[in-house]
Amino acid sequence: MINIEIDGKQLQVENGRSVIEAAHQAGIYIPHFCYHKKLSIAANCRMCLVQVEKAPKPLPACATPVAEGMKVYTASEQAVKAQKGVMEFLLINHPLDCPICDQGGECELQDLAVGYGGSASRYQEDKRVVLHKDIGPLVSAEEMSRCINCTRCVRFGVEVAGEMELGQAFRGEHAEIMSFVDGAVNSELSGNMIDLCPVGALTSKPFRYKARTWELSRRRAVSPHDSLGSNLAALVMNNRVMRVDPVENEELNECWISDRDRFSYEGLNSEERLTKPMLKQGGKWQEVDWQVALEYVANGLRQIGKEAGAAQIGALVSPGSTLEEMHLVQKLVRGLGSHNVDFRLRQSDFSADGKMQGAPWLGMKVAEVSSADRMLLVGSFLRKDHPLFASRIRQAVKRGAQVNLLHSADDDLLMKLANKAIVPPSELVPMLAQILQAVATSKGTHLHSSVQSLVQGVVVSATAKTIAENLAGGERAIILLGNFAQQHPQAAQLQLLSQHIAALSNARFGFIGEGANSVGGYIANAVPAEGGMNAAAMLASPRKAYLLMNVEPELDAHNGQLALEAMKSAEMVVAMSSYKHKAMDYADVMLPIAPFTETSGSFINAEGRLQGFRGAVKPLGETRPAWKVLRVLGNLLNISGFDYDTSEAVRDEVLGGRDVSASMNNTLQGLVVQPAPVSTGMQRVADVPLYATDSIVRRSAPLQATRDAQTPAVQMRSDDLAKLGIKAGDTVKVTMGQNTVQLTASVNEGLPAGVVRVAAGRAETAGLGAMFGAISVERV
Amino acid sequence: MNAPILLNTSHFDQPWTLENYLKVGGYQALRKVIENKMTADEIIAEVKASGLRGRGGAGFPTGLKWSFMPKNYNGVKYLVCNSDEGEPGTCKDRDILRYNPHSLIEGMAIAAYTMQVQTGYNYVHGEIYEAYERMEDACEEARKAGYLGNNIIGSGFSFDLHNHMGYGAYVCGEETALLESIEGKKGQPRFKPPFPANYGLYGKPTTINNTETFASIPYIIREGGKKFADMGVPNSGGVKLFSISGHVNNPGNFEVPLGTPFKKLLEMAGGVRNGNKLKAVIPGGSSMPVLPGEIMMDLNMDFDSIQKAGSYLGTGAVIVMDETTCMVKALERLSYFYFEESCGQCTPCREGTGWLYRIVHRIEKGEGRPEDLDLLADLCENIAGRTICALGDAAAWPVQGFLKHFRSEFEYHIEHKRCLV
Amino acid sequence: MLSDQIKTRIDRELAKYPADQKQSAVMAALRFVQDEKGWISNDDMEDVAGYLGMPHMAVYEVATFYHMYNLKPMGKHTLTVCTNISCMLCGSSEVVDYLGKKLGIGLGEVTADGKFGLREGECFGACVDAPMFTINNKRLCGKLTNAKIDEILAELDKQ
Ligand SMILES: Cc1cc2nc3c(=O)[nH]c(=O)nc-3n(C[C@H](O)[C@H](O)[C@H](O)COP(=O)(O)O)c2cc1C
Ligand code: SF4
Ligand code: FES
Repeated sequence: MINIEIDGKQLQVENGRSVIEAAHQAGIYIPHFCYHKKLSIAANCRMCLVQVEKAPKPLPACATPVAEGMKVYTASEQAVKAQKGVMEFLLINHPLDCPICDQGGECELQDLAVGYGGSASRYQEDKRVVLHKDIGPLVSAEEMSRCINCTRCVRFGVEVAGEMELGQAFRGEHAEIMSFVDGAVNSELSGNMIDLCPVGALTSKPFRYKARTWELSRRRAVSPHDSLGSNLAALVMNNRVMRVDPVENEELNECWISDRDRFSYEGLNSEERLTKPMLKQGGKWQEVDWQVALEYVANGLRQIGKEAGAAQIGALVSPGSTLEEMHLVQKLVRGLGSHNVDFRLRQSDFSADGKMQGAPWLGMKVAEVSSADRMLLVGSFLRKDHPLFASRIRQAVKRGAQVNLLHSADDDLLMKLANKAIVPPSELVPMLAQILQAVATSKGTHLHSSVQSLVQGVVVSATAKTIAENLAGGERAIILLGNFAQQHPQAAQLQLLSQHIAALSNARFGFIGEGANSVGGYIANAVPAEGGMNAAAMLASPRKAYLLMNVEPELDAHNGQLALEAMKSAEMVVAMSSYKHKAMDYADVMLPIAPFTETSGSFINAEGRLQGFRGAVKPLGETRPAWKVLRVLGNLLNISGFDYDTSEAVRDEVLGGRDVSASMNNTLQGLVVQPAPVSTGMQRVADVPLYATDSIVRRSAPLQATRDAQTPAVQMRSDDLAKLGIKAGDTVKVTMGQNTVQLTASVNEGLPAGVVRVAAGRAETAGLGAMFGAISVERV
Repeated sequence: MNAPILLNTSHFDQPWTLENYLKVGGYQALRKVIENKMTADEIIAEVKASGLRGRGGAGFPTGLKWSFMPKNYNGVKYLVCNSDEGEPGTCKDRDILRYNPHSLIEGMAIAAYTMQVQTGYNYVHGEIYEAYERMEDACEEARKAGYLGNNIIGSGFSFDLHNHMGYGAYVCGEETALLESIEGKKGQPRFKPPFPANYGLYGKPTTINNTETFASIPYIIREGGKKFADMGVPNSGGVKLFSISGHVNNPGNFEVPLGTPFKKLLEMAGGVRNGNKLKAVIPGGSSMPVLPGEIMMDLNMDFDSIQKAGSYLGTGAVIVMDETTCMVKALERLSYFYFEESCGQCTPCREGTGWLYRIVHRIEKGEGRPEDLDLLADLCENIAGRTICALGDAAAWPVQGFLKHFRSEFEYHIEHKRCLV
Repeated sequence: MLSDQIKTRIDRELAKYPADQKQSAVMAALRFVQDEKGWISNDDMEDVAGYLGMPHMAVYEVATFYHMYNLKPMGKHTLTVCTNISCMLCGSSEVVDYLGKKLGIGLGEVTADGKFGLREGECFGACVDAPMFTINNKRLCGKLTNAKIDEILAELDKQ
């Protein structure tokens, strides 16, 4: 600890801190632009100049380390003269367009100019004009004359997003922030540059000219798009979400959010919103009253239950549904006598069901991921599936953590990887088994009988050995299973192997859950039990009635084609949805339920953190919060215990004072290992593209205009393509079993040989079938 | 008379060859440190005794700088030579590169030996391609002869030197910008601390000296630091190369002891052209404040004398202006230079250098306003000392110097909208 | 596409730097492109970026920061005249005027036949040879007089 004095205040500060950090710690504000606590120090804006005793000239507080006995004056005559001088320079070339600037009201320059700027400008020369740039659909760089060259955006790209897309070209007064040849900024984290920009140079393109910031009210929200649980502020005007900003939460999203979290709100007011209950009668859709619609549903369900048996009723729930919604759905279904309810729509292996000791979870706090020194990432399109987990791990790597990747695609994670094993899906289990064997050998331990059959006969490759050694060399090693591992047909085996590797190498392991409520789904018991059918089973043996909660089956299910067929063959499909989607083809009732911004509820994120939220705006049209809809349905069906006044009451019922963390446990016991079917020929690898994950993002026009939302192509290695006589750009026929779709071929050298990558979650590929399995490609 | 040290091969037809360098005692100093197994402390003591101060402009004592390198550090360290020489008026390093490249190589090898560095880079600015080529050849020659590379003259010590070419950025002469440039980035100076001795090239401990500084080392080691120091005056040891350009009959580089009267130097350069009257002199490269001719005529060319008169010795580049020179025009050109060359990261420099230039430009065009001169002075105060690197100061000092000594000429321009000369 | 000759030259430069610091050769790489093509296009920058494993934008930053890179086509012989203080004192503006008159172009321009280009440069660090220009950043011609300029232009014209 170091003793220093700032403006007469005595402080104790950690060694190595800067003067600005010390000042902030003491609640003393030092004006600044380029400094940002999460970015490297550039010290270029010079706004933070302060007087330091014995220093001949003012020093930048952001770049000056504290020293014992230092005396700092942040508002002395020397300091203020320096700060005012800098402010004058910043303003001479800055346009005087505050009245029309989107940043107005939240502009750091504007705020400081009031305090430090002179009244009349001494600058009589022409102002510099900097040309506007087009850097894509999300971030507006239309007003680059406003840029003060603080380079926060550039540093963010390089340091946090992991990619240099923006740079400062030219030099001196001609210096300009731009992308290469006006290219788009494609980072999945690009929107943070908008927040970082202290002026109105980089602003939100969708939000541009939509509202003045002081007209907006801020409402807290939690991201429904992935399992991190990013804290959001929905900025609202006239009962409409106009913008979404991050709310800082150091333990989860820090001060960032992904573009998916930031721009998905544009899908909330999509044309496709379902705003009135609808009934299909005589093949025609009609808008009806809630009463009519709900009675229809209740009657239908009752009838099918009576005639065909309750087991003919199944409910599919989106993993982004709230805890309350999940609870009420399962309660309703169970009240009807069925146990067919599931939220694990993209999962294909359910052999762990009944053998888990608790709900699968991250296995640690999110923040603990940052302090891991060794990691093994199993089956994850990390950057796209979980953008902020990726950035957290990227920062850890910068600090020296070593990451090993076991996956079926070598997508650039924009971080240095210590080792990687990129193998076809069918080799994931054997490869992980090799790693386990290598760990066991080096420890000289015998393997537990439960995994014996998996390691039997594996030959440990050099890569597996290196990864095993790497993991064992750490003090805080972790193993994380991603979406791909959870969707894998041998997901339980991957889990079991990870569990044993973790145990032997003194590591922790867990799941980066796919949806916002992947943990909550288990806590709410939105999973089958007592003979109920899981998501896959409900589709493989079609039910007579389906209740869909925010699910677009052909896009959200592991096997979209099968799901669609099941829906079509059902006698009754009740689609609870915020959107008019494909269900209009097969459903009987459409019930407009509120998206996350229009309902109260809660999510339990990957680390088991319960986060509740209120509706940011009133439900659109006749939309209703799903928990209320389910309550009425419960009442209409005479199921007891459906008398809730508030969603909090529902939550209390779920949790009942229970400690969520006690219900989470990744241990798998008694798994009967089924040998995987021998795979021959080509295998499919399916990612769910970033902006195809759920129904809201699918309808956000700006997100759909990004590179990540391009029509998916069939990707293969060039040698595999060549073998088939296919060139990139050719239209090809892709077949899985009976299903065929036509797509364009493209080269991806990061795939293992024998692998065909076709994205899931997209209408163009939904007809293909399962996310894993044998696939063939031919020229048309 | 043969130039004593830095250009001591200039009497040869091909002064740059190894053969000729060896004839004037070349590489004896390197042999001496190796054969006598001189310790780092001994070498640094000798350099300190020589009174050698950095020739790159700041005049920092070289021996002291060398002692900053971490000693018991086992990782990679670097040695860098600054041959960027972009300070207007300065062209001395070019002659060392062209005519005496081996003195630089030997000096760097000795420095590397002292600081136990294995790799060095010599950053040569892009405008002197021929000198760069000459350096490349000389390094190859030295490598072949065993003065560079593995196991230098059988000592077990290895040091290799590579040349890196700049491509048109004055700011890369600033040592940390230069490091960035070697790293393949744009040349934007780094904030210090950390200093290069701790965090330099590729983040490794690094020592940077000017070409002339290194080239002075062989003599100091061979003949002893004291002998070198005694050639100059107290606090300004040794000889130095002065580049004399502008309005003189015989512009050139002259190697003379520090403390040599300016009058004598002017004579060596053939006096003011056409017998004109001396008006003003910039004594140390364009960044240093200008001094009126009559003051200069009484000064000696050493660090202290020039500083007492209100300027700095800088790089020893003497720019001579005769009575026909319009001081407004001269300052306009200088201010344009700093405006052009600002790297653009610091607000005061990026915005201020352009503002300074535009005001002086207006005055020169006859569009000056009475309040401009005070404004200029105030802007200079807001730039100097407020930036990451000294380019901010370098932009302000000439303005301050010109206004201090030639204010009336600026006032005349503003009032009469035309030139006095 | 980078020519084999450029690649060979870049490889030679790469040997100067640590193996994990390929970016250090970017300045040289761009210089080699310019030597061969007279200027550096965006495509060339992409190629250099690919060859050295750098982000495109990092190459662009370098190409736009250092003023000796030509970012548009220049003449076969591009003359860069120093107009800085020492050269100015020794008549560089007359040199610019004379060249402008003889070639019929101004600073930053190229003759219609593409033979000559004219640029202004900052201090070349050769001030005692003022006034001066460089030819294609390779040859420095100093102590210029009109007669000397005539001679040089005639010689270049023949090439
Ligand atoms: C804008 C600027 C330009 C500089 N240009 C040069 C230069 O061209 N050559 C040089 O040796 N030093 C130059 N310097 C000084 C260097 O930063 C550094 O002090 C010097 O190379 C150290 O060497 P020395 O101690 O041997 O003088 C410059 C400094 C600044 C601020
Ligand atoms: S003072 Fe000027 S040249 Fe130096 S770092 Fe700052 S902006 Fe760049
Ligand atoms: S905040 Fe310190 S220089 Fe910008």
